[in-house]
Amino acid sequence: MADEEEDDIILSELPDDELVPQMGDDLYDGLKDEVAEGVNILLERGWAPYRILTEALVSGMTVVGNDFRDGILFVPEVLQAANAMKAGMAILKPLLAETGAPKMGKMVIGTVKGDIHDIGKNLVSMMMEGAGFDVVDLGINTDVDQYLGALETEQPDILGMSALLTTTMPYMKVVIDTMAERGIRGDYIVLVGGAPLNEEFGRAIGADAYCRDAAVAVETAKAFVARKHNQMAAG
Amino acid sequence: MTSPDDRTLTETGLPPRGRGRILVIACGALAHEITALKRANGWDHLDLACLPAIWHNHPERIAPGVRAAVARHRDAYDAIFVAYADCGTGGGLAATCAELGVAMIAGPHCYAFFDGLDRFTARADDEIAAFYLTDFLARQFDAFVWRPLGLDRYPELAKTYFGNYEKLVYLAQTDDPALEAKARDCAARLGLDYERRFTGYGDLETALARLG
Ligand code: B12
Repeated sequence: MADEEEDDIILSELPDDELVPQMGDDLYDGLKDEVAEGVNILLERGWAPYRILTEALVSGMTVVGNDFRDGILFVPEVLQAANAMKAGMAILKPLLAETGAPKMGKMVIGTVKGDIHDIGKNLVSMMMEGAGFDVVDLGINTDVDQYLGALETEQPDILGMSALLTTTMPYMKVVIDTMAERGIRGDYIVLVGGAPLNEEFGRAIGADAYCRDAAVAVETAKAFVARKHNQMAAG
Repeated sequence: MTSPDDRTLTETGLPPRGRGRILVIACGALAHEITALKRANGWDHLDLACLPAIWHNHPERIAPGVRAAVARHRDAYDAIFVAYADCGTGGGLAATCAELGVAMIAGPHCYAFFDGLDRFTARADDEIAAFYLTDFLARQFDAFVWRPLGLDRYPELAKTYFGNYEKLVYLAQTDDPALEAKARDCAARLGLDYERRFTGYGDLETALARLG
């Protein structure tokens, strides 16, 4: 029944203030064609790409993230929603740069050595891109040389590391210690995440912050980058 | 002693029988194995209570669940043993057990302690692209892997989950041709190579044998 009702909705006939919440619902339900259609409609109506990204896509995905955290959604629903968001972002991405969307900074991210869980990392990457960060994704099973190599070539503001296994989370400390040995630890903001981690662990290994989920990752990244820029301006 | 059915073990767990000096509080996924070990070794001093096996997919529930179970049963037994490994609690379960003064199984998860922690650790680097099943998980593949990961509804997600995996390794606790066929079928459904490795009860048996 609900499906029939959905079918009756013609997105292009909705005013903006109904279309945007409807796109949030469609994103939540993982309806990627509908989300893409909504994005195109808003573009035709003259919305700036960055505004569509934040007000229609990121905000919808934040609801998904919260419901995952609260145990209302599980992994497959999150993945479906993420795919819908990706479909919308694919349309917007080429337009963002040329329409002067804000550039927040750059992040290199990877899942640590020995670990091939990548769903959380991919979600963080997507939400960081959605917030205006450039993201370089090193993929899974990333060793210290790969991380350090990427820091050198990419010169990011932020290094992000993900781990989902108790056996692989200590590897984050190996990377941070190696950065310290080479005297480059202070040059980067190090954010860590993954379900088995917690704040205490993040502190213990010398990360700048542990982030519980993608939304927190975005907020934390923004705050640290702003602080870094202020320090540079002051210094 | 009749074995409880898997559905109960998955969703609700198992209350203790009230017999035996030492209570083993275990993951529901270990109920059959612990019951078999009790029977084979005549460990009548051990009683068994199980917590819902499906917490496997929600590790944040494990430490609080164990804490509540210990509090509920503590007074009725001489000692309590927690038959869980870390299981993705990020050291949280070990901290809870230390605080409560109860012992638990060493290692990251049941794949490691069935295989034997030393053997598993030694192989870890070579087997990064391996997905493990145990007897319980082979039997309950649909309830623990297929459905929770949404593969019944969105089969196309298999690539997202398992794209980086190469083989399924069935860590067999028992010799059971029907289960072996099931595990082989699981590998085929995921599009992975298949390998069977007999482990027996591994460190689970040694840990329980130590409980005087
Ligand atoms: C899905 C899943 C899988 C999938 C992974 C598919 C993939 N491509 O990633 C499959 C089924 C293939 C799998 C395999 C395995 N898994 Co697994 N898996 C899970 C499960 C159920 C969910 C993980 C997940 O994707 N969550 C969804 C995302 C969105 O959440 P998240 O990862 O936590 O990420 C969020 C935050 O943590 C944060 N975040 C994450 N990374 C980062 C990084 C940064 C920089 C920041 C800022 C934030 C951040 O933001 C994210 C978005 O909000 C967990 C249990 C659980 N509920 O956590 C077990 C779990 C992690 N797996 C586990 C195990 C043991 C394994 C296997 C060894 C099992 C096996 N049978 O072989 C293999 C691993 C092999 C290997 N070498 O890596 C255990 C770990 C136990 C332990 N002691 O460590 C768990 C806890 C299950 C359990 N209780 O046993 N797994």
